Amino acid sequence: MAMHADHSNDFDQAGDIPKPQTKVIWKTFFILVALTAVEFLFAFTMDAGTLRNAIFIILTIFKAFYIVAEFMHLKHESKALIWSILIPMALVIWLMVALISEGSYYFESVKNYFN
Amino acid sequence: MSTSTTLEAPNSGTWDGGNEPLKASYGKLMMWFFLLSDAFTFGAFLIVYGLTRHSHLPYTGDPENFTFSTEWWPIPEKVYNAFPGLHGMDLPLAFVALMTMILILSSVTMVLAVEAGHRMDKNDVQKWLLWTILFGATFLGCQAWEWAHFIAGDGIGMTLSDGTQIIGANLTVNQYGPPLFADLFFFITGFHGLHVFSGFIMLIMIFINTVNGVYHKRGHYEMVEKVGLYWHFVDLVWVFVFTFFYLI
Repeated sequence: MAMHADHSNDFDQAGDIPKPQTKVIWKTFFILVALTAVEFLFAFTMDAGTLRNAIFIILTIFKAFYIVAEFMHLKHESKALIWSILIPMALVIWLMVALISEGSYYFESVKNYFN
Repeated sequence: MSTSTTLEAPNSGTWDGGNEPLKASYGKLMMWFFLLSDAFTFGAFLIVYGLTRHSHLPYTGDPENFTFSTEWWPIPEKVYNAFPGLHGMDLPLAFVALMTMILILSSVTMVLAVEAGHRMDKNDVQKWLLWTILFGATFLGCQAWEWAHFIAGDGIGMTLSDGTQIIGANLTVNQYGPPLFADLFFFITGFHGLHVFSGFIMLIMIFINTVNGVYHKRGHYEMVEKVGLYWHFVDLVWVFVFTFFYLI
């Protein structure tokens, strides 16, 4: 009985499905494509260096923001959920700073040892 | 202890379980915290890449005259310059650009499937999930080709000072630079590819469930949302892998 009711429901529903709301989704998509295109523009027109790397990292953070905020909907979740995801990521940033400077130190000390 | 306690009315006070501070379902919360832990794993991988790269000599000469050497870290544009079917042409980053586009597109079709799920539009959910599965499979195919090319090498290889010829790459030696360069390539893109693959399997599972009307009977498409969160995370990781591995 219940099974039968569910099946008939499948067909009845066709009439009252709301219209898709996809404007924000496509807008986010075009922003992501544009940011990627800008990254390639810099990759081919600018010489490698700290400035170019900084530009790449900033553009990457923008892309990450749009994916997490819009596609993963985090922007529209409660404040408590937003912060419980974002605050632990500070640990990753700390680890990154610590280990990259460690790598530079290792490089310097090996180079000086042989010179 | 009797079972009568479980039959009482649900608790509603602030400190006895009646409060819902995060206003999200259990499943979605657990997916978020899993993704947070996964972000730590990928973060650690990319940080190790940074550490390794900073502990190696950078190439300081003119990029035009760049040659592969175990002495210095390679320039990514000189490593990833091949495109399927266009053998021998120097097309820096062209293939990885295509892969990035495919993954961003698959993220868009995924979010469209989630949107259709909110409207209980079974046909649209099916359509967009199928597109996502297609793009996911294409991405995996691209990665398989990239790996095969990376392992086989460009045919010219690198000649060491003692005359040894190295063609292609494995976990101990590679023609592109220090051994760790290939190791990190295999581990980071491989771990990401494993995530794409498991996401692909989950997408097929929820596609079958959608076609069978499982979620329609349940009254909501939350499972599509949860797999969607995972799929966007895979795209998110690729954005970072792309920057730190291919651009910088």
